[in-house]
Amino acid sequence: MDTTGNIFLPSGQSTIAGEVDALFSFLFWASMILFAIVMGGVGYFIWRYRHRGRETVTSGRAHSTALEFTWTAIPIIMVLIVFFWGFNVYMKMQVVPKDALEIKVTGQKWFWSFDYPHGAATVNELVIPAGKSVKLLMSSKDVIHSFFVPSFRIKMDVVPNRYSVTWFEAMNPGNYDLLCTEFCGKGHSEMIGLVKVVSEREYNEWVETSASLGEGLSLAEYGAQLYKSKACITCHSLDGTALVGPSFKDDFGTMRVLTGGQSVRIDENYIRESILNPQAKVAAGYDPVMPTYQGILKDRQIDALVEYIKSLAKNGAADEAE
Amino acid sequence: MYDNESERNYLNTPRGWKSWLFTLDHKRIGLMYLIAMAAAFLLGGILATLVRLELLTPGRDIMGAETYNQIFTLHGAVMIFLFIIPSIPAALGNFILPQMLGAKDVAFPRLNLASWYIYVLGSLFAVYSIWTSAIDTGWTFYTPYSTDSTKSVISMTLGVFILGFSSIFTGMNFIVTIHKLRLPGQKWFELPLFVWGLYATAIIQVLATPVLSITLVLLIIEKAGGVGIFDPAMGGDPVLFQHFFWFYSHPAVYIMILPGMGIISEVISVFSRKKIFGYKAIAFSSIAIAFIGFLVWGHHMFVSTQSSLAAVIFSFLTFMNAIPSGVKIFNWMATMYKGHIKLETPMLYAFSFLFLFTIGGLTGIFLGVIATDIHLHDTYFVVAHFHYVMVGGTVMAFLAGIHYWWPKMFGKMYNEFWARIACLIIFIGFNFTFFTQFILGTKGMPRRYYTYLDQYQPLHAFSSVGSWILGLGFIIMAVYLIHSLFKGEKAGRNPWGALTLEWTSPIPPPPENFDKDPVLNHGPYDYDKVVMERDIDKVKMGSVSR
Repeated sequence: MDTTGNIFLPSGQSTIAGEVDALFSFLFWASMILFAIVMGGVGYFIWRYRHRGRETVTSGRAHSTALEFTWTAIPIIMVLIVFFWGFNVYMKMQVVPKDALEIKVTGQKWFWSFDYPHGAATVNELVIPAGKSVKLLMSSKDVIHSFFVPSFRIKMDVVPNRYSVTWFEAMNPGNYDLLCTEFCGKGHSEMIGLVKVVSEREYNEWVETSASLGEGLSLAEYGAQLYKSKACITCHSLDGTALVGPSFKDDFGTMRVLTGGQSVRIDENYIRESILNPQAKVAAGYDPVMPTYQGILKDRQIDALVEYIKSLAKNGAADEAE
Repeated sequence: MYDNESERNYLNTPRGWKSWLFTLDHKRIGLMYLIAMAAAFLLGGILATLVRLELLTPGRDIMGAETYNQIFTLHGAVMIFLFIIPSIPAALGNFILPQMLGAKDVAFPRLNLASWYIYVLGSLFAVYSIWTSAIDTGWTFYTPYSTDSTKSVISMTLGVFILGFSSIFTGMNFIVTIHKLRLPGQKWFELPLFVWGLYATAIIQVLATPVLSITLVLLIIEKAGGVGIFDPAMGGDPVLFQHFFWFYSHPAVYIMILPGMGIISEVISVFSRKKIFGYKAIAFSSIAIAFIGFLVWGHHMFVSTQSSLAAVIFSFLTFMNAIPSGVKIFNWMATMYKGHIKLETPMLYAFSFLFLFTIGGLTGIFLGVIATDIHLHDTYFVVAHFHYVMVGGTVMAFLAGIHYWWPKMFGKMYNEFWARIACLIIFIGFNFTFFTQFILGTKGMPRRYYTYLDQYQPLHAFSSVGSWILGLGFIIMAVYLIHSLFKGEKAGRNPWGALTLEWTSPIPPPPENFDKDPVLNHGPYDYDKVVMERDIDKVKMGSVSR
């Protein structure tokens, strides 16, 4: 706990903040006491032994093994205490809990972007649930930035060409400043974001609605995004290669042979059905392994994927015509 | 100003500007360093005032973001590379060291002159290139920002590269001088502690500066030759630059502080009329700081993605390096015990040093503990910490030294009253300016911000006002020091009653330093055996022994 009376640290809002603040307070009071002893001593000596009258010789006692040993040993013991204390807290800051929500952070001149596991992406606003540990996997697209949330007592450099990791668990809902602390040029001091901590329920609601649903994008563009963020890409190629599932290339509008021998035209309804109930009509030559996306994708997202697959076929058809 | 004076001294013999530009006299070279550094300090100080002025309010005040970034870069680079690093060794060290050893000059007078020319050349080159090519990387030149930047960092780094050689030459010169030119019979443990400070400093200068030079050459190779070393776009590692940079720049802070500690040892002993307490502990702690100082660079990089294990080891070594500094402070304190303390200007600065450097050292502990450093790193807390150490430490010691040896240099006394007033104003202004920044930093204000969030405004305004008080103190100092050169009272041969060798020669000293062969009658701090009459009123000369 911070016992310096709110003069120094902002109110701690992460689970680790209390421990950091307790250490800070210890350092603060230990320093105050040490400073008072040293400067009090110096001040007293200056007054008590001020020069009066004629010059005379002074004591030649200029060495005392016991005294010198004491004032070497005591500071050593004190710094060892704070070293191990600091080491202990640092380890807690380093070890990420296994169940942490992992969010990808990208720093670039001069904004922060956040990619969530459920596909949402935000810029300069990190929305997270209170009471859940959050792991940030961070990298930079240009120069070095540094991710700093004073209220959480966390900071980590964000470096190009390598990932850095930090984590925290926010305790209370609220808005907290996010600052860039590695000089990155003209917009360095504008590279400020917000960490928006909400309750677990609000977070789930946000996840529902957030996934941003492709605002500002055409359905096909949004579908292209979802194709990657929802991991369609892992099993369905765009170049005709058969992976775990059939390729999306030149797919739409053609007839598909199913495992039972029948055929079906690939249209909007077939795609929708294959997303929500993949095992209903399985293409011949493929295993029925696709998981259902019922409950994961929203209607608009399904629309977007349909539109995207459609757009792939149109291009394909155009190629053929040439 | 010495035209009317009949006595022959290093200032008036020989005459003419050529005799200065081609001088091999360490005293003249020291003085030339002092003038160049005063210019650098003035430039750096004006830039600092501009930075503080811009930060008066959260938004734009007097300049745009790009100008602001260039100005804080120039402030940092000028103050670090042009002023603080060479300040005490090259100016005061050059002037005093041979006289403390009873020598006529340093071991390599020509190398000494060369180092001054290299310093001036490098300084002009660096300032010119920062100014014209608008470098805005900060004085740390972190990659890939510095290599990404479209501006030419090559000429800037070349300037710093050249400056490095000046530092190496001075270091080599001092090491040889201390080994070979001591007065016969002057044993190592009878050397003034300022000499020990200079010796430790010289070791770092010679060993660490080449690493900076190599790093800067690599930067130039990358930028000019397109070889990927630090730039990730070319397969380099940006964090590697930080390792190289701090491998020099951390020891460099000991280049800045160790000679300052040497001055404080001299001044406290002289003005307490007391044998320095724990001579060997102070001497060895300088050497210990110099060596352990090479092994702590990683504490600048706790959040840089270096491994956690490395971070923990660096943290541990950092604490080990804090101990010798603490020991010195206790020794100085014990020196004052039962002394006869006179609070004249040099001692006032020594007191300021103790006060401010102790704060600087203690706040260093906050930064050495990784758990708290993570919050404080790259905030104003760090800015405040290193200003407490560098200004509160080195600059206060430098000013103590300037006031202490001023009569030795020029044969004149400054106005004691105004000197005390200026010291008080500087002390108050400094604390106004920088203590505020500790609070700003703990509250989360990042450094190198052109604009800032509204909640930080009151403290920023407070700090800016402090910078004006600080500036006023330095203006007063400039006035009374310059005044003393022309109208100052003539100083006696040993105005402070000091026991070190340099005070046994005439004031100002003749070109060959001593009018008769220097003799060691006593150790540098034997106030238990000798009482030196202070001839501050120029009446009494010589010494009284008991």
